[in-house]
Amino acid sequence: MSLAMRAGESGDLVLRGATVLDPVAGIDATHDVVIRSGQVAELAAPGTASADGLEQIDAEGLHAFPAFFDPHVHLRTPGQEHKEDIETGSRAAAAGGYCGVIAMANTEPTVSTPADIEALRERASAEASVRVGFLATVTRGMEGEELTEMAALRDAGALGFSDDGLPIRSTRVLRRALQYQRLCGGTIALHEEDPDLSGSGVMHEGPVSAVLGLEGIPSVSESTTIARDAAIAGYEGGRIHVQHLSAVESVEAVRVAKAAGVQVSCEASPHHLCLTDEEVRSLDPSRFKMNPPLRTEADRQALIEGLGDGTIDCVATDHAPHAAEEKEVPFEQAAMGVTGLETAFAALHTHLVLPGILDLGLLVDRMSAGAEPFGVERPSLAPGSEANIALCDLAAEWTVGDEGYESRSANSWCAGAELIGRVQMTLAGGQVAYRLRSFSMGVAP
Amino acid sequence: MRHLLSIAQLSKAEIEAILDRAESFAEVGRRDIKKVPTLRGRTVVTLFYESSTRTSSSFELAAKRLSADLVSVRAAGSSVEKGESLKDTVATLSAYEPAAIVIRHPHAGAAQLMSQWVDAAVVNAGDGKHEHPSQALLDVYTLRRRLESLEGKRIWIVGDVLHSRVARSNLIAFKAMGAEVTVCGPPALIPRGLEEIGCDVEHSLDRLDQAEVIYALRLQRERMRESFVPSIREYATHFQIDSRRLGKRQLLMHPGPVNRGVELSGEVIDSPQSLIAEQVASGLVVRMAILYELLAAGDEIPSPAAGNGDSRTARIGQPA
Repeated sequence: MSLAMRAGESGDLVLRGATVLDPVAGIDATHDVVIRSGQVAELAAPGTASADGLEQIDAEGLHAFPAFFDPHVHLRTPGQEHKEDIETGSRAAAAGGYCGVIAMANTEPTVSTPADIEALRERASAEASVRVGFLATVTRGMEGEELTEMAALRDAGALGFSDDGLPIRSTRVLRRALQYQRLCGGTIALHEEDPDLSGSGVMHEGPVSAVLGLEGIPSVSESTTIARDAAIAGYEGGRIHVQHLSAVESVEAVRVAKAAGVQVSCEASPHHLCLTDEEVRSLDPSRFKMNPPLRTEADRQALIEGLGDGTIDCVATDHAPHAAEEKEVPFEQAAMGVTGLETAFAALHTHLVLPGILDLGLLVDRMSAGAEPFGVERPSLAPGSEANIALCDLAAEWTVGDEGYESRSANSWCAGAELIGRVQMTLAGGQVAYRLRSFSMGVAP
Repeated sequence: MRHLLSIAQLSKAEIEAILDRAESFAEVGRRDIKKVPTLRGRTVVTLFYESSTRTSSSFELAAKRLSADLVSVRAAGSSVEKGESLKDTVATLSAYEPAAIVIRHPHAGAAQLMSQWVDAAVVNAGDGKHEHPSQALLDVYTLRRRLESLEGKRIWIVGDVLHSRVARSNLIAFKAMGAEVTVCGPPALIPRGLEEIGCDVEHSLDRLDQAEVIYALRLQRERMRESFVPSIREYATHFQIDSRRLGKRQLLMHPGPVNRGVELSGEVIDSPQSLIAEQVASGLVVRMAILYELLAAGDEIPSPAAGNGDSRTARIGQPA
């Protein structure tokens, strides 16, 4: 296992009468979920599990899902701990129902040497509430020129590679990395953008950017690069993962590549699935400035459709914390990115499941499917599995930010939003990683 | 009206109310004593992060004509140059308890952002390529004096629309007043999707004779280096308004400063059709009206005698 987390007490508890939904394992029924020594020991008929030595949790009316897995977060360590660190970022993940995350390598300095990976894994073993995997950069210092020591990085525990934050501009460099991948393995995750087309754009190019006088990032900046890189991956037989799809043309490019047999997976973020560039009219960079940018309703619909038909494999938050002073500036000057770990499930449940646009089981599946592209075993509720469980109250109404955030940063795209559905408790790696403060822990009679 | 952040926030009736107020200040401007005491004892701050001649001088003179105390801050030579954030600068200026802050900033949304941090009324004097509402108001004022009404009038905005906040605010204002607006320029200088907000887009001046008003925009010379246009000469060949293109009955406007020989030929600037000098004159009274609407709406405009607004009268020690 290449993921690391803090050692702790293994969970010994029983979730009484939980509605268990695990689409991969084919479980959809009410059970007493018995967890012993951090493993799912038994799914018993409600009210029948023996309780000796176990903490009892009244889970009647609550849903137990396989905990979520996010293949794309920014934990900002090393170098930008004023935004986030492994402790706070993994706590935010736990609060969002996640049992594992993959941290990007665009830190200061970048994660480009085996020693960097080892140091991060050590930190995670001491601080992380959930399992954390680390990617290394594809190129040294993300300068886009020389490859990192990919084999040594893999040996040190790198789950894969990404220059996320920046595209790999040179097709020659990408091709060499994909060739070297045959030797060392490790999926290459790609931030797809043509810097010439994006220019100094700060939002989607279209009628809204035209009126606001903001420089636009055209959709073709993303989709042409996806098509280019998928063709190279196909030619080299490489394995790529396309990050944060935002445009209808991009979904189509991935669809074409998959049909052609390219080993490509991809992700979409909750904000791209829920919002459009209309939000940018508010000129609020804290909630609505990110790269790739929020696009049009047609783009949003294409992402939802792609998530439904499997073109898009998984949901990834691209959790990107920034300090207040980096966001309390005019839109063009503000940092790109929003936080998302604490709200991903609740937001998608509110925006897509409750209105009947997306099936709950499908959302639950896509929330943890991000483990697969990086060779991580998916969380499961099948007996014998390690306990990785998100216990959710689908009726709970809450206002995001009212009680602050577990993350060190407050640039949540959901800030102030009223959401329906909330994680009450998270088990990660067999341990209790999170309990909502107000969630009653009373011992059942 | 609490702030003036964008033209988009104003209805036609609100625009007309400001312009009617400006008419009455034009009357004040014809008096011997051009000053009224309306804002006596109140402070107006102008905060300019970009160079400006017309906008800054007319706002400052407008504040003085209304008897406000004026603090002018320029980014060059101020704490801004030392890296102070907008929020911190605004906090510093707020210590003077200004009644209004007039801000010009190179980035969209700066005025709106500031309005969330201060008690003062905020006037957007240009934010990035986004909006320049006082310019749009003075242009509508200028046109209204010539044309009575803009209803159904055909107005062409010609030139570098992409980089122009004036184009955006004027497009919205002209449309709000009932005009039919066409934007015209090289394709790379017309923002993609602009037609979806309800204007026509042209890439040649062939049909310019349809226009009753031609509003030319400044073309900055650096656009050539960025490949928006191949050369200034080629731009001028296709888009310069010259005496051959400007009809006898058409009106010509420009927000200034003009690049003579680029977007306008020298002879049209001084032609009888040109309203450029009137635009500058309108700037003062319209900006007086804006400050008045924000800070003194509901009051009658006092006469100099009644209000003791004569700045030559010693008033030291008198309560404001």
